[in-house]
Amino acid sequence: MSNETIVKVKNLVKAFGSFHAVDDISFDVHPGEIFGFLGANGAGKTTAIKMLIGLWRPTSGEANIAGFDIYKDTEKIKKNIGYMSQKFSLYADLTVRENIRLFGGIYGLSRKHIISKTDQLLHRLELRSEADTLIDDLPLGWKQKLAFSVAMIHEPKIVFLDEPTGGVDPITRRQFWELIYETASTGTTIFVTTHYMDEAEYCDRISMMVSGKIAGLGTPNELKTGFQSKNMDEVFIKIAREGKTLA
Amino acid sequence: MKRFRAFVVKEFYHILRDARTLLILIGMPIVQILLFGYAITNEIREAPIKILDHAKDATSREITSKIVETEYFALSGYLKSEADIEAAFHDGTTKMVVVFPQDFGKNYENGIKREVQLIADATDPNTANSLVNYVEGVLADFNLKANLTSMPFQINAITRMRYNPLLEGVYYFVPGIIAILLMLVSAMMTSISITREKELGTMEVLLASPMSSGQIIIAKVIPYLILSFLDALIILALGKFVFEVPIAGSLALLLGVTLLFIMLALSLGILISTVAQTQQTALLLSLMALMLPTIMLSGFIFPVESMPIPLQIISNIVPARWFIVAVKDIMLKGSGLFIIWKEVLILCGFTLVFIAASIRKFKVRLE
Repeated sequence: MSNETIVKVKNLVKAFGSFHAVDDISFDVHPGEIFGFLGANGAGKTTAIKMLIGLWRPTSGEANIAGFDIYKDTEKIKKNIGYMSQKFSLYADLTVRENIRLFGGIYGLSRKHIISKTDQLLHRLELRSEADTLIDDLPLGWKQKLAFSVAMIHEPKIVFLDEPTGGVDPITRRQFWELIYETASTGTTIFVTTHYMDEAEYCDRISMMVSGKIAGLGTPNELKTGFQSKNMDEVFIKIAREGKTLA
Repeated sequence: MKRFRAFVVKEFYHILRDARTLLILIGMPIVQILLFGYAITNEIREAPIKILDHAKDATSREITSKIVETEYFALSGYLKSEADIEAAFHDGTTKMVVVFPQDFGKNYENGIKREVQLIADATDPNTANSLVNYVEGVLADFNLKANLTSMPFQINAITRMRYNPLLEGVYYFVPGIIAILLMLVSAMMTSISITREKELGTMEVLLASPMSSGQIIIAKVIPYLILSFLDALIILALGKFVFEVPIAGSLALLLGVTLLFIMLALSLGILISTVAQTQQTALLLSLMALMLPTIMLSGFIFPVESMPIPLQIISNIVPARWFIVAVKDIMLKGSGLFIIWKEVLILCGFTLVFIAASIRKFKVRLE
């Protein structure tokens, strides 16, 4: 792993009144890695991600995404990242093809580029026969994969996934992670939040968030040894219930 | 620009694929104007009337036939005695009873006592009033003709109803219907469509995309701008060609003022969507804050002049009030911008205030 960074976060804080949703976090993400951002619901994962993608302004601290400052260059950040939100983000009353065309347009792809991209996407997801089906009529697994591919339509260097597998069955989750691996193998950085501890094992490095702070940061193996645990579940319990830290 | 186009196309797909939205957009204007034009009318036609004639002479018969001849009444029968009056009102076979006293004709000729009793069903006061007025009109006319030679001094009023000589209700309703529909389509539907994206979570994805929030809002609003304008055209065309409502003034000015009101309604819709988080809230807010005042306080149904003072004051901040005045002036009186500048200025002011408030609200939310 190189020492280059694609995400550099230093002392980032987001306060709502006296409540610090994100309380002084610092970490780096290296190009090409799958970085897992773990924590229970309400630990501050979504707040952190919203600051990193330029949706919310931090209260204090610094962060740099793909070479752009999150205070000054939010517009450039938006062009250079992909984002898939917690809620399903495609339009159910549009067809597969129309959704691809819409997001291609929004990300400023040329007409020709959109057509070739649509073709390539449908082929890769084996959705060619469903190109003119409404999203509403697709099974959830396909929707999820399509949403991911659409978030990647402008071939960003880094993609942020906010609980992409929330409420999805285990088989679909598995398939989804295969897609993540495939994308990472092309050199794209994946920044993924989840509260499923088994998914942590799939990541190159993870950070564990508890009440706004990072309580543990490292590879899954480093964390397991550090906390003397058999698996990530145990690591999480030790951090969350017993308040241990290893950051 | 490319971004913008892709987004507007998507917005049209949403509208065209939702049967309910389409129904509101195309069905509503047609149904409303037909309803107001045909069904809801203040004029009374063929109200059932009964006659209790104790005189049964030439004069009483002549007056009876004059009353029944008018389009306002239809004779539903004669009563035999005073005792039948109550029953006739009770079973609903009459709205009015005219009673001629004994020796009516004789007395009339002798000039002793000239009285006819009019009994009206006042469960609906407006109707009762109109019916009484109609009969009084017939009686006055009869008097006038009979006394033409014998009365040297008399003042006759010669009335002329300007701008709407036949007092057609539909003249009056067209501007109001346009106001209501534009509020419905522009303000309510845009606020719902924006909050829908918030609810579904797609708004977040859009905000995280390179499209600026201003671009997103304008792109969302454009289809509704076009469709609202189309709705206004449908109502004007139906009004003109089906109900023969005149457009006395400049069509360009009329459409210009309509466009201004659409902008105002759209900015209100945007303002509502910055406050409401769910479609339901947006719907309720639109209904309570927009539709009700537009219907009740704009002068569309109840004249502003006859409201109690506090409501008159409140009606000043109902944008539709000013729009309706301006549209009536242009359509019926043929007024130019020179006359309606005050209304136009007020509408512009409202629009600017709503836009400024939306931008402020939106910024606060992003912080």
